[in-house]
Amino acid sequence: MSEAIEVARTYLRPGKKLPTVWCGGCGLGIIMSAMLRAIAAIGVDKNKVAVVSGIGCTGRMPTYVDFNTLHTTHGRGLAFATGVKLARPELTVIAAMGDGDALAIGGNHFIHACRRNIDMTAIVANNQIYGMTGGQYSPTTPHGKRGTTAPYGNIEYAFDTTALAVGAGATFVARSSVYHAREAGLLIEKAIRHKGFSVVEIISNCHTSYGRMNKFASPVAMLEWMRDNSVSIKAAEHMDADALEGKFTRGVMVESDKPEFIQSYDEMAERVATDPAAVANVKKVIQSYDAMADRLKPENG
Amino acid sequence: MSESTVKKQVLQGNEACAVGALAAGVNFFAGYPITPSSEIAEVMSQCLPLMGGRFIQMEDEIASIAAIVGASLAGAKVMTATSGPGFSLMQENIGFAAIAEVPCVIVNVQRAGPSTGLPTQPAQADVQQARWGTHGDHAMIALAPSSVLECFTMTVDCVNLAERYRTPVVLLSDEVIGHMRESVALPAPRTYKVESRRQPEEGETEYCPYCACEGEPLPPLAAFGGEYRYHVTGLTHDARGFPTMVKEEVDRKIRGIVGKIEGCADELASYEEFMLEDADVLLFAYGSTARVAKSSVRQLRERGVRAGLLRARTIWPFSGARLEELAGQVDLVVVPEMNLGQLSLEVERVICGAADVRALGKVDGDLFTPDEIAGFTMEAVGR
Ligand SMILES: Cc1ncc(C[n+]2csc(CCOP(=O)(O)OP(=O)(O)O)c2C)c(N)n1
Ligand code: SF4
Ligand SMILES: [Mg+2]
Repeated sequence: MSEAIEVARTYLRPGKKLPTVWCGGCGLGIIMSAMLRAIAAIGVDKNKVAVVSGIGCTGRMPTYVDFNTLHTTHGRGLAFATGVKLARPELTVIAAMGDGDALAIGGNHFIHACRRNIDMTAIVANNQIYGMTGGQYSPTTPHGKRGTTAPYGNIEYAFDTTALAVGAGATFVARSSVYHAREAGLLIEKAIRHKGFSVVEIISNCHTSYGRMNKFASPVAMLEWMRDNSVSIKAAEHMDADALEGKFTRGVMVESDKPEFIQSYDEMAERVATDPAAVANVKKVIQSYDAMADRLKPENG
Repeated sequence: MSESTVKKQVLQGNEACAVGALAAGVNFFAGYPITPSSEIAEVMSQCLPLMGGRFIQMEDEIASIAAIVGASLAGAKVMTATSGPGFSLMQENIGFAAIAEVPCVIVNVQRAGPSTGLPTQPAQADVQQARWGTHGDHAMIALAPSSVLECFTMTVDCVNLAERYRTPVVLLSDEVIGHMRESVALPAPRTYKVESRRQPEEGETEYCPYCACEGEPLPPLAAFGGEYRYHVTGLTHDARGFPTMVKEEVDRKIRGIVGKIEGCADELASYEEFMLEDADVLLFAYGSTARVAKSSVRQLRERGVRAGLLRARTIWPFSGARLEELAGQVDLVVVPEMNLGQLSLEVERVICGAADVRALGKVDGDLFTPDEIAGFTMEAVGR
């Protein structure tokens, strides 16, 4: 059995959930399988994976994968994921988001998640458009390109997702594209293995909306564009600004060490638990502290 | 101090609310600071790390409610606290918790609005927002405390109800109650009931997180990370949690989330009755206004008006049963509220002309005085 079939059999939800709601040829299927290959390579128990999303075509991804799955509200996936992870740190938590989801309505949650460094992985499926709602321009639609709400060309400027993540403090930041499916899977795997908040942006094709309005004849034409207009970070080091104009870079932008949030929280909790002044202060407010503390212990909860 | 209480202590309403949450087993709190609720977050941030729980200050109230719903799905007992502006921001995700049937508690220490309004002044102006703030058909449970002790007991109740009905529950406190300090003897841990959501039976093979047919008891809620993998979505879903557009399933879902709460309105109703036995004038009040109304009842009695007070502890679901009974006894119902008549509409609806209902609204940022309510009532009875 090929690796792809094996992964599909193991990780796609059995039963009536397929086919997906996605248009034939949509890049989101490639991103989903890249994510599944990454999880398979790490070998995490399916019960210990939570995939969280917001709203959009990308937001539908959790429906199909056989984990603990949470399809939330538009833009809020990371905020829900934060709660899931803090309540059950043993879970591998992945948030799958569209570009609008992650960077427009959810932009605030995105930068704060980067800053906090909770051990989760954000996958940003960047198709440079609001796919689900019919092709309105998004915060990553390039200047001059068209959307159904930018019929004369976009006069705004696009976010550089990975630069934003780096600036906001994410400790692992990478980018690939659906053309580079294998690389995308390997980067997601690295991101999940990274201890801290990781962001992987995957450039994807929404030929139905973005492609149609911006003169891409087919999904294939969009994939070829990704092939011809991206350079690996290594190669980019030897190229000047002119040569890089209009191209995006692929690879790991940042991989750094910073104490992870939950680890820091637990260290703090341990420190204050043995601080008589802190304990006394709490007991002043909570007279039945001992009985209550007992009840809060997970084994009694 | 008796067996059933702990030593008397001076506590603020907001502190008592936080202590109540911990007493009920809340082990996850996410919030964003806002007057007059911030003390709740402060106490939680102080206590939770010591008690094996987790506190996080999120980037806004949208994220706060999102985080508690996520944590609840991962098995935690959860709460957030806010006031008007933050409560407005939470509404979309409160609806998510309602349709996805995820237990969570939202404390709203009400202040005067709309918008930034009067951040440090009390109001009761979010009564209808608590009921209808999120879009779509849904039901809501909301309780209103009138004392520091009730900030404690009702927070315990809110957590219990959230867990029992798998639904968001709102504690509708207000600035006066939240910031008031009283000497209270809190009940001892053994004396109050603490409820937790049901868990799937061991060895259950086909786990369904939602009702599959009408009137079925609410299924248990498995925690993420256990042995059942399932799907949670804000899309209308079937018994397994997957999106559906099948008319019968959609209809059952919406009627189900409304019915499980509205169907228990009388059971959930809780009142304090004061001097009602012989009353022919009824004051109907809740929250800090009810404290004042009690004094007004005494004043009215001194002036020869047989007044009594029905203080509602449960605001939503609104139960008409007791009011209907009393409507046969009294000629006049006065509803003082720190808003322009938000709950008086419900009173009018259930009394349905059986007695005269008069709303007394106040929106100047101040608490009622006993004279104001008594004077208005005297005028209404024509004296
Ligand atoms: C609060 C809110 N506002 C607007 C919408 C409508 N809406 C649904 S999906 C979407 C945009 C999706 O774009 P993106 O996040 O890029 O995901 P894609 O569909 O491209 O994968 C919008 C605006 C919504 N569901 N909720
Ligand atoms: S609309 Fe675009 S993003 Fe959505 S499924 Fe179709 S191709 Fe994919
Ligand atoms: Mg998009």
